[in-house]
Amino acid sequence: MSVLVFTENWDGKFKKQSFELISYGAKVADMLGTSMVALSIGNVADDELKKLGGYGAKKILNLKNDLLNNLDSQAYTATIAEIAQKEGAKVIVIANNNMGKSIAPRLSVRLKAAIGSGVSKLPISLDPFIVYKRAYSGNAFADVALKTDIKIITLAQNSFDLAETANNAIIENVSVNIDAALVKTQVKDVQKQTGKLLLTDAEIVVSGGRGMKAPDNWGPLEELAKQLGAATACSRPVSDEGWRPHEEHTGQTGKIVAPNLYIAVGISGATQHLAGISSSKYIVAINTDKDAPIFEAAQYGIVGDAAKVLPKLIDAVKEVKSR
Amino acid sequence: MKILVCISNVPDTTTKVKFTDNNTKFDSTGVQWVINPWDELALTRALELKDNTSTGIQSVTVAHVGHTSAEPTIRKALAIGADDAIRVNAEPTDAYQVAAQLAEAIKDGQFDIILCGIESSDFNGSTVGSMLAEFLSYPSVSAVSGLNIENGEAIITRDIDGGKETLTVPKPFVAIVQKGIAKEPRIAAMRGIMMARTKVIKVIEPTAVEALTQLVTFEPPQPRAKCIFVDAENPKQLIDLLQNEAKVI
Repeated sequence: MSVLVFTENWDGKFKKQSFELISYGAKVADMLGTSMVALSIGNVADDELKKLGGYGAKKILNLKNDLLNNLDSQAYTATIAEIAQKEGAKVIVIANNNMGKSIAPRLSVRLKAAIGSGVSKLPISLDPFIVYKRAYSGNAFADVALKTDIKIITLAQNSFDLAETANNAIIENVSVNIDAALVKTQVKDVQKQTGKLLLTDAEIVVSGGRGMKAPDNWGPLEELAKQLGAATACSRPVSDEGWRPHEEHTGQTGKIVAPNLYIAVGISGATQHLAGISSSKYIVAINTDKDAPIFEAAQYGIVGDAAKVLPKLIDAVKEVKSR
Repeated sequence: MKILVCISNVPDTTTKVKFTDNNTKFDSTGVQWVINPWDELALTRALELKDNTSTGIQSVTVAHVGHTSAEPTIRKALAIGADDAIRVNAEPTDAYQVAAQLAEAIKDGQFDIILCGIESSDFNGSTVGSMLAEFLSYPSVSAVSGLNIENGEAIITRDIDGGKETLTVPKPFVAIVQKGIAKEPRIAAMRGIMMARTKVIKVIEPTAVEALTQLVTFEPPQPRAKCIFVDAENPKQLIDLLQNEAKVI
C-alpha cells in the first residue's frame, strides 16, 4: 500500500506546486500509516529529483521515455496506471492544473477509482474517505465521500503549506512499455512566452478592470506588478474588449487563481469575477464606487480612481523596498 | 463529419447559492437554469465550424444527462442552432456516472468530434470530458482554446503554462474546451426559437451505473473579515498593512 504523487516538471525543473503536492501526499500517507512514492516523468536531473525528498517523498520513481515528451492523455494515463498498480497505490495525488485535468479523470475510469477534484484540504476522514472541494464556482465547498478502494485527489494550487522534512529519499529508475501506436497526439508547433511570470505561479497578482478606462492606461498597473514581483491579470470585460489577452482573464470562465495577494484595480466584483479569485488569501480593492461588491470580498480597500491611486502606490512600494 | 456537444444544465452564474435539507441539497427556489457557460462556448464554436461549409461538418448534436426538467435548457441549445439532441433520462449523480451514460449513448461511434466544457459551474469537477474519452478509448485533449478543420483534419490549440501548442489527434476524439474557443456565446434568434420547437430530442433510458462518489454536505465559504479602508491620499498605509499585518509583500 502507498500514496502515489505524480509530479510534473517544467523543462526539467519543479515548481512550488510540485512541493505542495509532495507535502500533501506525505501528510495523507502519514494519516494512512503508509509511505509516499513520488513519480516524475521526463528528463529531470537527480539533484532536482532529490529536492522532492525534502518534502517527505521516501521513494522517487524516475521515468524517462521519449514517447512521453509531449502530453498525450492516453499514454500518460496508461503509464501512471501501470505504476500505480505496481506500487499498490491506494491514493493517487495529482495537481489540479491543465496536465492533471487531462490525466486524472481518465485514470479514474481506468482504475475505477473515485476522484475528488480541486481538493483544498487534507481528507476530513479516512473511513469513509471524505474530501473537501470547491463547488458552485467558489460560492460553496462540498464534502464528498470517495467510495472506491483506490482514490484520486487533484489538489488545488496554493491550498496546502509546504512541509519540509529530513531528506532520505532514494531515486529509482523505472520504465514502462508504451505502445507507440497509442500515442496519438502530434504536436506541430509550440509558442512559448519566456521570461513572463505566469498567472498561475504568481504569489501576487495585480488585476485591472473596466475602471482602468482604456488599454493605454495599463502602464502604471504593469509597473506596480513589476515592483511587487506580481503577474498581471484582468476582468472579463477587459479581455472581451481585447484590451488584454484572454490568458489574463481571471474569473469563473477564465483562470481560477489563488495567490497570497490579489489586487483588484477598477474591478467592480461581479459574482463571476469573485468566483475566480475567492481562494486568494488576501484581496485588495481599488475602486471609485464605495458600494462596489468587490469591497465585500476584500480585506483592504481604497476608494479612489486608479489613475490617481496607482502612481502613489508605486511610490510607496518603491520606498518600502529601498529601506 | 458530425459534432457532439455535451451540455450541462446549471444555475445562472449570478445565482445566490443556498442549500436546503441540512445543507445536502442545492436550493433551486427561484433559480434560472442555463447552459453551462463553457458548454455554450463549445456549442458556439461547433456551429461556427458548421457554418463554414469547407469544414464538411454535417450536423451538430447536443447531449445531456438529466430529467425532463432540463428540456428548456436543451431547447435553448437547439434554438441557438444545434440540429438535434440526445437526453439520457437519468438523475446525474456524479461525473463517473454521467460520463458512463454519455459513453453508452454514443458508443456506436456516430460522432467524429465530441466537445465538452472544461468544467460545470456547479460541481467544478473538470472530469466528465476526459472520463467520456477513456470510456470510449478515444484520444482526448484538455485546455483547448482553439479548434479548426483543415482538409478534414482537426487542428487543435491547447493552452500550456505560458504558451500554446498546436496539435492534431485522429478522429474520433474528445476536446475539452475553455476560454478562447469562441469569442462570445451565440444568442438564439426568434427564427431559431421557432425552429427549435420541432427539432428532435431523442430520449435514451439509462444503463445501470453506480456513482463512485457521494456528496456528504455542502459548506458555505468562510466569511471574510470586513474591509479595512485606507485613505486614497495615503496608500503608504496600505503597503504597511500588507507588509506588517497580512505579511504578503
